[in-house]
Amino acid sequence: MSNEQSVDSGRRGAIVATSVVGGIGGLCTALPFALTFQPSEKAKAAGAPVEVDIGDIKEGEVKVVEWRGKPVWIVRRTKEMLDSLAKAEPQLADPKSERKPSELTPEYCRNQHRSIKPEVLVAVGICSHLGCSPSGPFSPGVNVALPGADWGFVCPCHGSTFDLAGRVYKAKPAPDNLEVPPHMYLSDTRVIVGEDKKGA
Amino acid sequence: MASKKEPVVVTGLGALDKPAGDLITWVDQRFPLMENWKAHLSEYYAPKNFNFWYIFGSLAMLVLVIQIVTGIFLVMHYKPDAAKAFESVEYIMREVPWGWLVRYMHSTGASMFFVVIYLHMFRGLLYGSYRKPRELIWIFGVLIFLTLMGEAFFGYLLPWGQMSYWGAQVIVNLFAAIPIIGPDLSVWIRGDYVVSDATLNRFFSFHVIALPLVILGLVSAHILALHEVGSNNPDGIEIKENKDEKGIPRDGIPFHPFYTVHDIFVVVIFLMVFSLIVFFAPEMGGYFLEYNNFIPADPLKTPLHIAPVWYFTPYYSILRAMVWPFFWIDAKVWGVAAMGASTLIFFFLPWLDRSPVKSIRYRPALHKYIYALFVVCFLILGYLGTLPPTDGRTLVSQICTLLYFAFFLGMPWWSRMGQFKPVPARVTM
Repeated sequence: MSNEQSVDSGRRGAIVATSVVGGIGGLCTALPFALTFQPSEKAKAAGAPVEVDIGDIKEGEVKVVEWRGKPVWIVRRTKEMLDSLAKAEPQLADPKSERKPSELTPEYCRNQHRSIKPEVLVAVGICSHLGCSPSGPFSPGVNVALPGADWGFVCPCHGSTFDLAGRVYKAKPAPDNLEVPPHMYLSDTRVIVGEDKKGA
Repeated sequence: MASKKEPVVVTGLGALDKPAGDLITWVDQRFPLMENWKAHLSEYYAPKNFNFWYIFGSLAMLVLVIQIVTGIFLVMHYKPDAAKAFESVEYIMREVPWGWLVRYMHSTGASMFFVVIYLHMFRGLLYGSYRKPRELIWIFGVLIFLTLMGEAFFGYLLPWGQMSYWGAQVIVNLFAAIPIIGPDLSVWIRGDYVVSDATLNRFFSFHVIALPLVILGLVSAHILALHEVGSNNPDGIEIKENKDEKGIPRDGIPFHPFYTVHDIFVVVIFLMVFSLIVFFAPEMGGYFLEYNNFIPADPLKTPLHIAPVWYFTPYYSILRAMVWPFFWIDAKVWGVAAMGASTLIFFFLPWLDRSPVKSIRYRPALHKYIYALFVVCFLILGYLGTLPPTDGRTLVSQICTLLYFAFFLGMPWWSRMGQFKPVPARVTM
C-alpha cells in the first residue's frame, strides 16, 4: 500500500509515453517484414494475356491453357451439351450470373451459355470454393455426383458441381460460378485470354 | 563504495568464497545446474500410479528430436526452388547415401508425431489433466498442437508433388473465405496469385526455422507449467495435498530414475515400431506418403481425388460437411469457420468440463459412453476425410460434425450428470 502512495505520476507518465513510442517503433519495424510477403514485381508482371489457337479443338473436347498460372479451359460444346444448360437451370445457385458479375462474368458473357460464341466456353478452371481444378466435362451418367448424373464438371476436392457453362449447382461448398476471364476473338480460330476490346 | 568497511551479508553467492572442489560445484557457483537437475528430474515428484497413457509426453519429445535431427540433414540436400524441389527429393531418395533412410525417418516421424500427440491429448481428456490448476499446461499444449499442424502443412509443400501443390492451394484459399480481407490475405500468404516458387520459399523458411523455434519455446513453457503445478494422474488426485514431514508428496516418486527408466523401456518399443514402419511400410498404404505426391506438381490439373494426410482428415471432413449458406453467408465461410472452431474449441476444455471429479475412473458410465461416441465420431470423420465425397458420406460427416461440437458445447451440462463414484484420498495402483 505504501508503494501505491508514493507513485510519482510524472514518472509513470514518462513510462507510459516511452512504452507507447517504443511500441509504435516496434510495429513500424515489423511492417517492412510483413510487406516482403506481398507478390514481387516479377510475380505482378507475369500476368500477360495468352493467345490460343482453338481451331484444333474437336466438338465436345476441352483445351487447357495456362494464364496467370491458372488453368483456362476452352470447351467446344456440342448441340446436346448446350441443350443441357436450360435443363440444369432450376438446380443452379446463380443461373443468370448475377453474383460478383464484375469479377466472374464479363458483360459480353452474361447470358445462358456464358460465352461470346454459344458453343465455345472460356472459363478459368479453378473452383470458387478452395481453388482446386474441377474435372470433366462428364457426359450424362458418368459422374453420380452431378444432379441427375447430367452433363457437367465436378470438383474432386469437395464435390462442388458445375454445369457446362461453369454455373455452380445449389447446396454445394462452392459459392460462385467459375470465372469467365476477359477474352476476345482475334479471328474465327484465335482467342486471346486476359484481354478484351475494353482493354481490360 | 570501497571506503565503507561494514560487513556485507552474504547469502547465495557466499558459496563462491569456498573452494570449488569439484567440477559440478564450480559450475553450480556460476549456473544453476544441480538446481535444475533436481527441480525437473531427480527431485521432481511425479505420482507413483502413472499408467500406459503417461508415456506419450516423453515420446512426443523423442519424435521432436528425431524430426529436428533428420530435418537438419535433409536441408543439406533439399532445394527450395519450384523448378528443382521435386527432383531434389528424388535425389535424396536415390543418390544421397542413406538419404532414403533419413527422409523416411522424417516422413514417418511426421505421422508418428500426430499419433503420439493425439493419444497424449486423449489422456488429458480421460483423466481431466486440463482441470484447475493445469489450465495453462493445456493451453500451451493446444498451442503446440496448432503450431505442429502448421509445421506439418508447411513441410508438406516442400516435396512439390501434386498433393503438396493442391493441398497448399486448398488450405491457403481457406483464408480467402474470410470476409473482406480474405482475398488479399491469401495473396499475401502465397506471395503470388497462385501457389508458386515464392510460396515454396517462404513455406520452407517457416518449416525449417520459424515454427521449430516456436515449438521449442512452447514445449519449454508446457513443461515449466507442468513442473510448477505437478503432474496429474489416473485417479485425478492432487498428490501435493498429502505430503510427508519433509514436504515430499507421499504418493510421489522422483521422476529420475523411476520414470526415466520406465520411459526408456517404452522408447525401445516405440523405436521398434518406428523402424518397422520406416523399413517395411514407409508409405503406409498411401496414408503417410500419398501416392499422388509421387507426381510432380502440375498447376493445370488437380488429381482426381485429393485428400490431406490422415492427421488432418477429421478437420477436413468438418470443412466439407458445411454445404449450406446460413444468414446470406457462403457455405465456404461456414466450412472454414467450423474447421477453425473444431480445433480452437480445445482451448476452452478446462472451463467447459464441470464434472466434480477429474478422472474417468470416478465418472458415471454415461460419461464413458459419451467419450466413446466422441472417439467414434472423430475416427469416422478422419476416415471419411480420406475418401471422395458423396451425398451419403457428406450426411454421415454432417452428423459426426454435429456430435463433435455437441460433445464440447454440451459438456457444461452432461459433465455434471449421473452418479459419480467417491474419489479415494490416496492414489490407487
